[in-house]
Amino acid sequence: MSILVDKNTRLLVQGITGKSGATHAKSCMEYGTNVVAGVTPTRGGEVFENKVPVFDTVMEARRETGCNATMIFVPPAGAADSILEAVDAGIELVICITEGIPVIDMMRVKAAMAKSSSRLIGPNCPGIITPGECKIGIMPGYIHKPGKVGVVSRSGTLTYEAVWQLSSRGHGQSTCVGIGGDPINGTSHLDVVKMFNDDPDTEAFIMIGEIGGTAEEEAAEWIAKNCKKPVAAFIAGATAPPGRRMGHAGAIVSGGKGTAQGKIEAIQAAGIEIAVTPADMADALLRRMAR
Amino acid sequence: MNIHEYQAKELLDKFGVANSPGGVASTPEEAEKIAASLGTDQLVIKAQVHAGGRGKGTFKNGFKSGVHLCKTPAQIREVAANMLGQTLVTHQTGEEGRVVRKVLVAEAVEIERELYFAVLIDRATSAPVIVASTEGGVDIEGVAEHTPEKIFNLHVDPLLGFQPYQARKLSKLLGIPTAQMKSACVLFANLYKTFIASDCSMVEVNPLVITKGGDVRALDAKFNFDDNALFRHPDIQAYRDVEEEDPREVEASKHNLSYIGLDGNIACLVNGAGLAMATMDIIKHHGGEPSNFLDVGGGATEQQVTEAFKILVSDKRVKAILVNIFGGIMKCDIIAQGIINAVKAVNLPVPLVVRLEGTNVEAGRKLLAESGLKLTTATDIADAAQKVVAAAA
Repeated sequence: MSILVDKNTRLLVQGITGKSGATHAKSCMEYGTNVVAGVTPTRGGEVFENKVPVFDTVMEARRETGCNATMIFVPPAGAADSILEAVDAGIELVICITEGIPVIDMMRVKAAMAKSSSRLIGPNCPGIITPGECKIGIMPGYIHKPGKVGVVSRSGTLTYEAVWQLSSRGHGQSTCVGIGGDPINGTSHLDVVKMFNDDPDTEAFIMIGEIGGTAEEEAAEWIAKNCKKPVAAFIAGATAPPGRRMGHAGAIVSGGKGTAQGKIEAIQAAGIEIAVTPADMADALLRRMAR
Repeated sequence: MNIHEYQAKELLDKFGVANSPGGVASTPEEAEKIAASLGTDQLVIKAQVHAGGRGKGTFKNGFKSGVHLCKTPAQIREVAANMLGQTLVTHQTGEEGRVVRKVLVAEAVEIERELYFAVLIDRATSAPVIVASTEGGVDIEGVAEHTPEKIFNLHVDPLLGFQPYQARKLSKLLGIPTAQMKSACVLFANLYKTFIASDCSMVEVNPLVITKGGDVRALDAKFNFDDNALFRHPDIQAYRDVEEEDPREVEASKHNLSYIGLDGNIACLVNGAGLAMATMDIIKHHGGEPSNFLDVGGGATEQQVTEAFKILVSDKRVKAILVNIFGGIMKCDIIAQGIINAVKAVNLPVPLVVRLEGTNVEAGRKLLAESGLKLTTATDIADAAQKVVAAAA
């Protein structure tokens, strides 16, 4: 077992005929993901890679193919609308890779989604992978190995770093979830932590956070009270100057809030093993598992 | 992105937010003319730079303070002559200071009460929140710490927007007299409208004042904008003043690179914001000081990598460079070719440490090995950090 995605996932790609949409749809198919449909308005009727039917709307894609997850590559100006379209069509899992969506758009999307049962992952995220079963996103598939360690992170490349460290120490992954680097996202650290806690095939997990907001603190507090599985964590941005956005729209210390130090203290207070440096993420988890 | 006070005033005017009459001048004569047009002997002139502490600052020509109260247009002209073209040093500018190219001339008001009003996005609730206080004109973080009961938070439903009853409630919480309630409510509503319509991440009015004459006015407004939304606001993009920015950041932004200048001497070139932050952290952990944050992103071209590298080597502070790439979308051979091109174009004045991993890593390593470039390779992120710190020492 795993969380969110597995070999039964039937994937739609919104923006499948765009440059990144096409590249990554292909790479997901090569990994073995069951890509069943694509959507690009005005390109309905085409066939992607001689295999995947393209539709004008998500409604048709859903009706014709029974897709139950979508990966969105639509550019920032139209991405919020594409998320809402997927939600309206009843797609259970919406994964938005797009970086650069205005925060006010995401605020409205999040409020509108409160009434729906769809789950949004991202935006501005690398996606989700259950190694050996299903890759939805832009991560390099080959670094992952099937196994028992979960990874949840706001950062793409730091997730790869953690996965690489785990795989090269012989520890595979159950599922790796990139929740994205924006200030408003669909799924939080805590949401994923709860899923890992409930997943019998996840024995331990790594939580990767960064400066800005309080999502890591909330997850740490919940873990202290409810989670029996070993957890390690790393927080990026201890050296970031206050008041500056560090690449990710959500990575900012403002008004003295959201500092790396504050997060690290909350994590340690929760009994989570802290990775001292980004090179220490897998080893920190192994230390915690040995305790 | 930051904007000048006079630009903030333009935005307030555009959305009908009451503020002090005035205008911006680039010459002493213009300043005098604006002062004369205001028809009052209560005048204020303010140096326009992107830095706080202007009132307590000193010009390099010895002239004191970037904010002056004046009685006559002639006085305004005299003060403007002392400010324009001169360098103002405040606690936020550093020793080098900032050259004043414009001054704001406005009516100075007699203040009865000072309040605080801000709108920002609350991440915890994913909704706009209005933060207001009866204690204006002072540092709001101090108020939050010592007298939190004097701060009011009002959440706004993202789909409904700011409601008239919320404005009335707020004016009561702030103790605004009934006589001023109507104009206060209009001002609150228009500030909220400014926030949403301009895609701000924050609007802060401190102070928001009630004048002795009974007017409600936004006396000083600070804006922060959501960079992700600037594409739909060409008018706000036009407010950008590159003279106020770190020249390294200006150059990087021309090539769509996410770069932030810092004070250390170890340059880094990384893909991904999280890994770029973590690379700075691990440099510091091993006793070094990063000179920048640089995320070349996932879709960078060879050309962008070359330009990024040029920015790093042109920084005289830099004593060593670390390239740390975990290729996902970004292919290691693209990075390698970008580095090789850059070094051919600009030479390599300092040691270079390269750590490559991920997509096309073998091709990238081969390109570097065959290029004949003098560089140190690293096996992992810790090894890379230790080597670059040693090289910079």
